[in-house]
Parts: sequence; C-alpha cells; structure tokens
Amino acid sequence: MSISPPAELRSVEKTMRLGELSLLVLSVIGVFGALFIAAKAYTPEYAFHAYVFAAASLASALAVSNRYFNRPAEMPPQVIAGKPNYNYGPIKFSTIASMFWGIAGFTVGVIIAFQLAFPWLNLDLAWTSFGRLRPLHTSAVIFAFGGNVLIATSFYVVQRTCRARLAGDLAPWFVVLGYNLFIVLAGTGYLLGITQGKEYAEPEWYADLWLTIVWVVYLLVFLGTIIKREEPHIYVANWFYLAFIVTIAVLHLGNNAAVPISMFSSKSYIVWSGVQDAMIQWWYGHNAVGFFLTAGFLGIMYYFVPKRAERPVYSYRLSIIHFWALIFMYIWAGPHHLHYTALPDWAQTIGMVFSIMLWMPSWGGMINGLMTLSGAWDKLRTDPVLRMLVVSIAFYGMSTFEGPLMSIKIVNSLSHYTDWTIGHVHSGALGWVGYVSFGALYCMVPWIWNRSRLYSLRLVDWHFWVSTIGIVLYITSMWVAGILQGLMWRAYTSLGFLEYSFIETVERMHPYYIIRALGGVLYLLGAVIMAWNLYKTIVSPETEQETVGQPALVPAE
Amino acid sequence: MTLETDKSGHVDHAHVDSHTGMATTGHEWDGIRELNTPLPRWWLTILYMTIVWAFFYCIAYPAIPLFQTFTKGVLGWSARGSVNEEVAELRAQRGPMVAALSNASLKGIEQTPQLRNFAIAQGKAAFGDNCAPCHGAGGGGSKGFANLNDDDWLWGGTLEQISATLTHGIRAGDDLGHLGAMPAFGRDGILKANEISVVADYVRSLSGLPVTTGADLKTGAKVFAENCAVCHADNGKGNMELGAPNLTDAIWLYGPEKATIVEGLTNGRGGVMPAWAGRLDATTIKALTVYVHTLGGGK
Amino acid sequence: MSLWNKHAIFEKNSIILLIGVLLVISIGGMVEILPLFYMKSTIEKVDGVRPYTPLELAGRDIYVREGCYLCHSQMIRALRDEVERYGHYSLAAESMYDHPFQWGSKRSGPDLARVGNKYSDDWHRQHLSNPRSVVPASIMPGYPWLARTELDARNLKDNLRVMQIEGVPYTQDQIDNASADARAQSSEDDPGSAAFAKRYPKAVARNYGGQPGVTTEADALIAYLQLLGTSVDFKIYDEKAGIR
Ligand code: HEC
Ligand code: HEC
Ligand code: HEC
Ligand code: HEM
Ligand code: HEM
Ligand SMILES: [Ca+2]
Ligand SMILES: [Ca+2]
Ligand SMILES: [Cu+2]
Repeated sequence: MSISPPAELRSVEKTMRLGELSLLVLSVIGVFGALFIAAKAYTPEYAFHAYVFAAASLASALAVSNRYFNRPAEMPPQVIAGKPNYNYGPIKFSTIASMFWGIAGFTVGVIIAFQLAFPWLNLDLAWTSFGRLRPLHTSAVIFAFGGNVLIATSFYVVQRTCRARLAGDLAPWFVVLGYNLFIVLAGTGYLLGITQGKEYAEPEWYADLWLTIVWVVYLLVFLGTIIKREEPHIYVANWFYLAFIVTIAVLHLGNNAAVPISMFSSKSYIVWSGVQDAMIQWWYGHNAVGFFLTAGFLGIMYYFVPKRAERPVYSYRLSIIHFWALIFMYIWAGPHHLHYTALPDWAQTIGMVFSIMLWMPSWGGMINGLMTLSGAWDKLRTDPVLRMLVVSIAFYGMSTFEGPLMSIKIVNSLSHYTDWTIGHVHSGALGWVGYVSFGALYCMVPWIWNRSRLYSLRLVDWHFWVSTIGIVLYITSMWVAGILQGLMWRAYTSLGFLEYSFIETVERMHPYYIIRALGGVLYLLGAVIMAWNLYKTIVSPETEQETVGQPALVPAE
Repeated sequence: MTLETDKSGHVDHAHVDSHTGMATTGHEWDGIRELNTPLPRWWLTILYMTIVWAFFYCIAYPAIPLFQTFTKGVLGWSARGSVNEEVAELRAQRGPMVAALSNASLKGIEQTPQLRNFAIAQGKAAFGDNCAPCHGAGGGGSKGFANLNDDDWLWGGTLEQISATLTHGIRAGDDLGHLGAMPAFGRDGILKANEISVVADYVRSLSGLPVTTGADLKTGAKVFAENCAVCHADNGKGNMELGAPNLTDAIWLYGPEKATIVEGLTNGRGGVMPAWAGRLDATTIKALTVYVHTLGGGK
Repeated sequence: MSLWNKHAIFEKNSIILLIGVLLVISIGGMVEILPLFYMKSTIEKVDGVRPYTPLELAGRDIYVREGCYLCHSQMIRALRDEVERYGHYSLAAESMYDHPFQWGSKRSGPDLARVGNKYSDDWHRQHLSNPRSVVPASIMPGYPWLARTELDARNLKDNLRVMQIEGVPYTQDQIDNASADARAQSSEDDPGSAAFAKRYPKAVARNYGGQPGVTTEADALIAYLQLLGTSVDFKIYDEKAGIR
C-alpha cells in the first residue's frame, strides 16, 4: 500500500470508480438539463447562466474522462515512504483563486468607494451602478477571496494535523471547482441584476442549490479526513473549521428558503416575510460574520500562528472554553442589527446581552493567538509574515471590542445606518480577515509548492506597511464620517428642531469618502505586491527537502 | 497525566515548555503543541461579570419570550413607549411657542419678531427634508419646480395664498388644491405643428427674446389670442387664479428655449406639488408658509 | 484536571463533536426565531396593509434588482429624530407582505419607508434618471434605463402565484389577470382599468412613468415608491396596543 509499483508492473485492471462514473453521468445530465433550461428561459440573463452551467458540466465531463484515461489503475497511495501522501492539487487551485478574487474584490471596493465620492462614476449603466457593484464587492471579498482561503487552508490544515491524505479522490476537486463556479454564477448574476436582495445571501435559488451540494461535499471531505486521522485527538483548528462548515450549512438553508417563480426563471421569492424575515436574515448575517469571518479564520490562526512562531498554543483550556462559548453565544447576537426597529423589544434585548457576553469568548481567541507568541516576540522584527498574523489578531481584538460596544442600544441608536458600521466592518475585514489570510498564504505557498522560502520578505514588508496605512485611512475616516453622520442626523437647534436636512449630511461625507477610497487604493496596492511575490515564489525552482519552510520544533530540553 | 498512543504506535510526550515553564497537554499535531495554561483570571472574571450583568438586564427590560407574551421587564420600558414620551417632551419644550404659533394669525406671526424667528427656524427645518428635493436647498427651484426666491408667483405670494398652496398642493389629487393645467395642444390635435412653432416664437418675443428668423409673429399673435389668452391673459401677463404663468417677465418655470416651449405646447404642462396637509401638521405648514414668504419678496 | 479530560470525548470522536456543535448552535436561533411566528403581538393589528398590485410588485422586484436597499433603509426606528424626520416609526405589519423584507442596513440615502406621495411622479422620473438634475448634491446613481425599458410583464402571474403559495392573500382572479392589471395600472385610460379597480379597490392607476402607451420599468418602480408607507392610517392606529 505504501509503495506504488512502477506503471509497467501494474497488475490491477483499470476500472472506472464509482465517483468518476457518477460524476460523469451527472455532468452529462447537467449539460443537457442546462441546455434545456437555457432554451426555455424567461430572460436572456438566466439563459446565460444556464449556458455557463452547461459549459461547466461539459468541462467537468471532459475532465473526468481525461483523468480516467491518464491516471494509473489504482488509487493514489495514502502514504509514501512512511509519510502521508498529502493532496495539494485542489489547495493550489484555491490558493490562486483566492488571490485572483481578492484583487478583483478589492478593486470593486475601490470603485464603489469612489462612486460614493464621485457619483458620475456610476456611468449611468445598469451593470456599473453602485447597487449592483456593492454586492459584487461583498461577495467577492467574503465568499470568493475569504471562501477560497478557508477551503485552501482547511484542506491543508486538516491533512497536516490529522496526518492523513484528504478524503476522497475527485471530491476535493469537486469542492474547489464547484465552489468557484458558484462564485462565477453569483458575481455575474449581480451585474446582470439577478439577486435575492438579502445581504450576504444575494445569489438566487439555483446558485443557492448548487452551493448546498458543494457545501455538503465539502463537509464530507473535511469530516472524512478527520475520521481517517492518524492522531488520537482532533486539533483545535479543526474544531473551528468544522463548526464553520456545519453552521454555515444550517444558516444558508434557513435564510435562503425560497420558491422560484418557475424553473425557467432566475426569480424567486424568499419564503419568510417582514419581521420574521428580518430576524432570520440577521440570524444568518451576523453568523456569517461569526462562523465564516470568525470561526473559519480562527481555524487559520490556530494552525499558522503557532507554526510560524514555532511556539506551542498558549492555553488548551482557553481553547475549549472560548470555542464552545463563542459558537453558543454568536448565534444569539443577530438582533443587534435590528435595534429600535419593528423587531419586538424582547428579541432586541436578547441580541444585545448576548453580544456583550460574546466579548470575552471572542477575546479568548485573541489571547490564545497573541500569547502564543510569548517567547517569540523578537521574531516580529525579522519576520513580516508573522507580523501580519499578529496584527491581524490585534484587529480581531479591536473589532470584537467595537462590536459589543456597537451592540449596546444607545450606541447603536447613533451608529446604525451610518459609516461607523462600515468602519467596523472593515476593521474586521481588512485587518482581521485580510491579514490573517495574507499571513496564511505567505506561509502556505512555499510549503505546498515545495519552495524553500518566499521570493522576497522585503516585499512582504512593503505589503504590510502600504496596506496598514490603507487600513488606518479607511477606518479612521469611517469613524469620523459615521459619528459625524449619526450626530448630524439627531442634532437639534436650540429651539428644538432638527438642525440638518439629510442632504446636508450627505455633503459632509465627501472628504471622508475620498480618504477612504485612497485607503482602499493602498490596500489594493498591497495585495498586488503580494500577488507578484507569490507568483515569483511559485515560478522559482523547486527545492529538494519535503519539509522546507516547515520549521523544526524546538526540541524539549 | 496519561500517555496516549496513536494508531501508528507513536507516543505523545507530556512535555514542559522551557520558556514558560508550563506543561503541554502532551499531544502534538504537525509539530504544534498546546500548553496547559489555566484560564486567565481577569478574562474569566470579566466573562462572569458580563453574564451577571446580562441576567440583571434581562430582568429589567423586556427579554424572555413565553407562549403568547414575554417578560416585560421590571422597569416597564419599551422602545415605542419611550419614543412617544420623548416626542411628547419635545412638544412640551416647544409647547408655548408652538401654541402661540398655532393661535396667531399668519400676519400676526410675521409682525411678532419672536414668533417670526421661531416660525422661520421651524420652517427651515421642515423645508430641508420636505421641500428642498424639489425646490432646491435655497428655494431656487429647477426646471419644472418653481423658484421660491424670486418675486414671481404662479399661484400667489400672499401668506394666505402660500398657505393654501402648501396645504392642498397643486394638481395633487386634492380637490381643494390648485387644479387645471395647460392643455396638450399638439398631442390633442388642437394646434398644428407650424402653429405651435409660430406661437412659441411669439411667446419668446413677449419677453424680448430673439426669435427664429422669418418667424411669422403676426400669426403667432393670432394663435395666442385665440388659444392662450384665456389663461395667460391678452397681454401674456398670466393669471394667478389659474396658475398660468406670466410669459412676459423672462422668468421661466420650464425654460425659455424654443424646444422647451414647443414641448410644453405639444404635451401640455401641469406640474404637481404634493398636498402637505396629510403629512405635516398645521403648525408646521404655518411655519413653512412664513419661511417661504420670507424667502423671496413675498407679497 | 479531571473535568478538562472529559473534553477528550469531543476531540476523539468527530461525530460527537459535530453533534455537539449542531446542538449548541441550534438553541439561540430557535429561541429568537420561533416565537416570532406564533406570538400574536409580533405583528400589530392594523387596517389598510394590502398585497402589492402586479405593477407595484414588479416595481419592488426592480428595487431589489437595482440594489436600492444598499443605500436606503425602509425602517423608521422608534427614535425621536427619525420619527420627526421621516414620520411615524415603522410597524411590523407594514412589511408583512414583503418577501424578502427591505429594511436595509445603511443609509447613504434617506429612509424610504414613507416616501409614498411625498413627491410627484414627475419628480421621481427626473430624479431616477438623473438625481443631480433635481438634487445637485445627491450621490445617488442615475437609472436612465428604467424609463427606456419596457416592463416585462409576461410572466407576472407566476410571481403572484408564488406569493400566494407563501401566504400573501391573492385571489385566483388577481393571479390570472396579473399582466393585464400591470398594464391597466400604468395609465389613466386603459380599457382594463375598471376591472383593475375592482380587483384592487385601494390602488391608484395613473401614468406613473409619464410615457403614453407603454408600461416601462419606471412606471413599475414609481408605482411602488408612491405606495410606500401610505397604507396605514395612523390617525386611527392604537399606539398602546402596538407596544411590544
Ligand atoms: C414633488 C416636488 C415638490 C415638493 C416636495 C414641494 N413642491 Fe412646492 N411646488 C412644486 C411644483 C412642481 C410647483 C409648481 C407647480 C406648478 O407648476 O404650478 C410648486 C409650487 C410651490 C409653491 C407655489 C409657488 C408659486 O409661485 O406660486 C410654493 C409656495 C411651494 N411650492 C412651496 C413648497 C413647500 C413649502 C414645500 C415643502 C413643504 C414644497 N413646495 C414641496 C413641487 C414640489
Ligand atoms: C387652460 C389654461 C391654459 C391655456 C389655454 C394655455 N396655458 Fe400656458 N400654461 C398654463 C398653466 C397652468 C401653466 C403652468 C403649468 C405648470 O405650472 O406646470 C402654463 C405654462 C405655460 C408656459 C411655460 C411657462 C414657463 O415659465 O416655463 C408657456 C410657455 C405657456 N404656458 C404658453 C402657452 C401658450 C403659447 C398657450 C396657447 C397656445 C397657452 N400657454 C395656453 C395654462 C394655460
Ligand atoms: C449610492 C447610494 C444610492 C443608491 C444606490 C440609491 N440611492 Fe436613492 N438616494 C441616495 C441619496 C444620497 C439620496 C438623497 C439625495 C437625493 O434626493 O437624491 C437619495 C434619495 C432618494 C429618494 C428621495 C428620498 C427622499 O425622501 O428625499 C428616493 C425616492 C430614492 N432615492 C429612490 C431610490 C431608488 C428607487 C433606488 C434604486 C433604484 C435608489 N434610490 C438607489 C442614494 C442612493
Ligand atoms: C480595497 C479594500 C476595500 C475597499 C476600498 C472597500 C470598500 C467598500 C465600500 C465603499 C463599501 C460600501 C460602503 C457603503 O455602502 O457605504 C464596502 C462594503 C463592504 N465591504 Fe468593503 N472594501 C474593501 C475591502 C473589503 C474586504 C477585504 C472585506 C471582507 C473581507 C470587505 C467587506 C465589506 C462588507 C461586508 C461590506 C458591507 C458592509 C455593510 O453592509 O455594512 N471589504 N466596502
Ligand atoms: C464580538 C464580536 C462582534 C460583535 C458583537 C459585533 C457587533 C456588530 C454590530 C452591533 C454591528 C452593527 C449592526 C448595525 O447597527 O447595523 C455589526 C456590523 C457588522 N459587523 Fe460586527 N461585531 C463583532 C465582530 C465582527 C467581526 C470580527 C467582523 C469581521 C469582519 C464583523 C463584521 C461585521 C459586518 C460585516 C457588519 C455589517 C453588517 C451589515 O449591516 O451589513 N463583526 N457588528
Ligand atoms: Ca441567496
Ligand atoms: Ca449592510
Ligand atoms: Cu452582527
């Protein structure tokens, strides 16, 4: 089992595996089904999506057949020369996809930021207008960039910490390619005006269904790998990844329950309505933050920080308590998006108190990450990658302090609907999600491409500083803008009348919107530097040893 | 601590970290170990404190859902109850002045500086969010939306006339409001294209604007007398009863370009201004009246 | 140490870990969401809220399609300045036929919950096709294509049918005539206007889009905007009963 014989000596008859056969059959059905739908589609936009799906199915059928003819007869070995035969192919794909989508998403962010400062940039065209580009931005950064980072790192981490090859043969490929097909359907859909109108869940019913299938396979691959593990215990990073995967599945199903008006139309109506829909939306929306942007990325932190710092995780007990407390309490906090609205007061109260109680469970993650560096702080001077990881944790701490603060009703009465929320979002998004992803990618690219080191640490340094200035410009301008806006909306003259009309508050935002946009340009620039650095790393010659870049553990004394 | 053996017979070693002196849990994953550090005291304390606080908060405020109701909280607070109270407080604060405003006549308000200032302050506040989108931030108007700064009124610039305009609107479906509009002479086949063209030139000539070379102003005058004078008066000076603008004063609602005039004659004109009685209360409308009156040479 | 060791059961058994996670994350959602479906006080008792007409519904779909909700809220919070600026705070009842809700989360533009009847159709037409022509400082995008695009009303009955499945009280008659009703509502003198008025007694038919003879997307969107917040008569609304 552990040593695969040379191809000429193969004795096994090559047969089609069940997975290959069923994927082939399903792909062929997919081609014809999609063509049928395209022919009868109500709108050209929907027909376009059907053609995209048909093309993807065709490509899948060809790829599966091609692979069948080229592969050896037996399954890839689980172990080679006593070492697990890790499956890095799908990870490489997701890594590159994440860089691509990241730059695309940041670019669209920069565009919409400039649109708010200079509205003529909407160009009077449907597909370039703010309302269509904004979901493109949020989905591209969260689901396309963040999602690919999560899939790539989770597949990497789960293999390494379980000492087992990824479960499934075609399945991991199905996950990464299927997920990116979902991204393409979602993103092109927004530009064409296909949306369900629910923030962070905008894709229409058919894209939602497709994502459901992909996600179930993702769960099976991940869980299958854990089940195959050679380690007695499941490592804490994997608890977080697992919680992220299953909870997102639950949230996705609950929030996207919809009835299409026809199989031949992209349009559907969400089953829920009004106040119940609002609650379900923010149960989803808040926990998209809690499980996608937090739990998943904590999984990244728990592997890459100790690995890069070459230090043990600070506290196992803290891991346990903050893990369970975090996932338990997050779920309740959704109503802080609905303070003072038509959601009944009782629900708002619960949402608020759980948001406050969520503060320490969140900080548990921060403590565990930061304190893992004790004994290795000096490395921050020399290793900009580690610095990026550490700063990300600091931003995590900051936004999870700001979040509970904004959940307090009095504070929220000011901050809600304003750019303060946008500032909060981006301190979490740019600082935490962005930096922890960048840090992980900088670590992982040399490891999976078998390079001894990154092309240039100096470029990482540049990336770090350029984007840090970008973040500072972004969030400080939004704090000022948001608080100013909130104060102006509620300002009264001495005689007791509202002091400002709405449009006056809009005018006052202009300078801050420009500063924010410039911050965005810097952040984007940093990401471009990173992409170049990773590209040069990948194309540099391969290095020999298998564990290069994997620092050896400090031996026990 | 017990040592565990994994499937491959590898033994995890409980291990003491040299830097912190803390024992690890004994497991190792891809080279990563975990210290067995106890929970940080301060962290645990704050966690407990937030939980205790949450408990009391839930007793104080509406919180726990039951079957057909929920715990109302011992403070008896509700968002809706409290906003109603706050609005009432604000009313009380403005109360004396508002009462004075609602009792005073429009003239009386203008003559009492204190009331006038108050009315202007209130009017200005209401103007920004309700009127400025159409009439512009300073009341300057835009194409089709009356300029309120000039001394030129479509429906009359006395306090009473402005008040009536605001209360019932213009062609807004309120029967008490200003009705009647300019017919669509072209669309409805009342005038032919060439007649429209000449009368448009004639209208431009009324305010001394240059006309198309060779325009037959005589015919234009005739068409005007027959079709337009009923509303805009023989001399073109308009009729406030009908909201027919003065065409001689070089102040335009829609614009002086010939094409604009032709377009109006072809498709008719009849700008709509909402009736505000349903949305704003009587005192606010009073205040707005005074405010608008001060904007531009009110009559 | 002993209690900490118990956690090994989750660390050694992925299925137990999975079930544990599922249990822990179900509680909060259930406690917060389920009561909203059965607790009667959740949706206030009011008169006047009615399902959208086909034209208004189509307009709402355009509102969603263009992402207006990303700049405009439709939720006046129970706060003094909002009530003063925008009108009576929004009730849950006012969005009970909204699939999905459009309360929004960011106000780059003003709240629209009560924008109905606040401006004229003509203003909306100008504003939508070029916001800065009426509001010079506006940062809203222009939507000139709405007035140029004829409304695709062919399949509106499907939209109404699905709404009905989801609990909006449309009659079969209303579903069957959805396309004709959309046309009828967008003009003052359509042959179908009497039948439309009978099916939707409280709705207003007029040429919202301003172009004679065609029903454009602007017609639909403006019809929707002009309805917003106008259904409930707050003079007869019982404030006390609505406190919850
Ligand atoms: C939907 C746009 C709109 C809004 C909002 C609006 N108006 Fe008007 N208003 C108009 C139009 C259009 C006219 C001119 C009507 C016509 O063509 O006869 C007008 C006319 C007037 C007139 C009459 C001017 C004259 O020359 O006689 C006054 C006074 C006035 N508006 C005041 C106000 C005030 C005060 C408010 C706010 C409470 C307001 N308007 C809000 C559109 C609007
Ligand atoms: C039934 C009454 C009526 C008749 C007849 C009438 N008008 Fe008018 N006209 C009006 C009214 C009312 C307005 C203002 C419409 C508005 O406020 O939107 C107006 C506006 C105008 C304007 C726009 C003025 C500006 O400031 O932009 C012009 C030009 C005009 N009329 C010319 C004519 C001519 C030429 C004729 C004859 C062919 C005519 N009108 C016949 C009632 C009439
Ligand atoms: C980039 C943000 C943005 C988007 C997207 C946007 N708006 Fe606006 N909207 C504004 C701003 C800012 C204002 C205030 C200035 C003005 O009146 O133009 C406004 C004002 C309005 C108003 C007037 C509200 C009032 O009470 O004065 C309406 C109605 C409106 N928008 C409708 C829409 C519709 C419908 C859409 C989508 C088709 C939309 N908006 C998309 C920013 C936006
Ligand atoms: C170049 C960097 C970026 C720029 C310039 C940028 C810009 C913007 C802008 C202008 C908005 C709209 C704000 C508004 O409507 O007022 C926005 C929204 C948003 N962005 Fe970004 N963004 C960037 C990066 C990111 C990243 C990396 C993430 C996530 C990982 C992210 C997540 C979001 C989210 C979630 C929202 C919606 C916020 C809300 O609805 O409250 N952004 N961004
Ligand atoms: C303890 C943790 C946190 C709490 C209690 C919290 C709380 C809040 C609150 C109160 C709001 C404003 C809601 C409103 O007024 O509309 C908000 C918005 C938001 N937060 Fe957080 N936050 C936390 C952490 C984070 C983190 C780590 C991120 C990561 C990126 C994040 C992303 C967001 C996003 C995207 C929104 C905007 C949602 C929207 O309106 O579209 N939050 N959060
Ligand atoms: Ca969706
Ligand atoms: Ca939002
Ligand atoms: Cu939240």
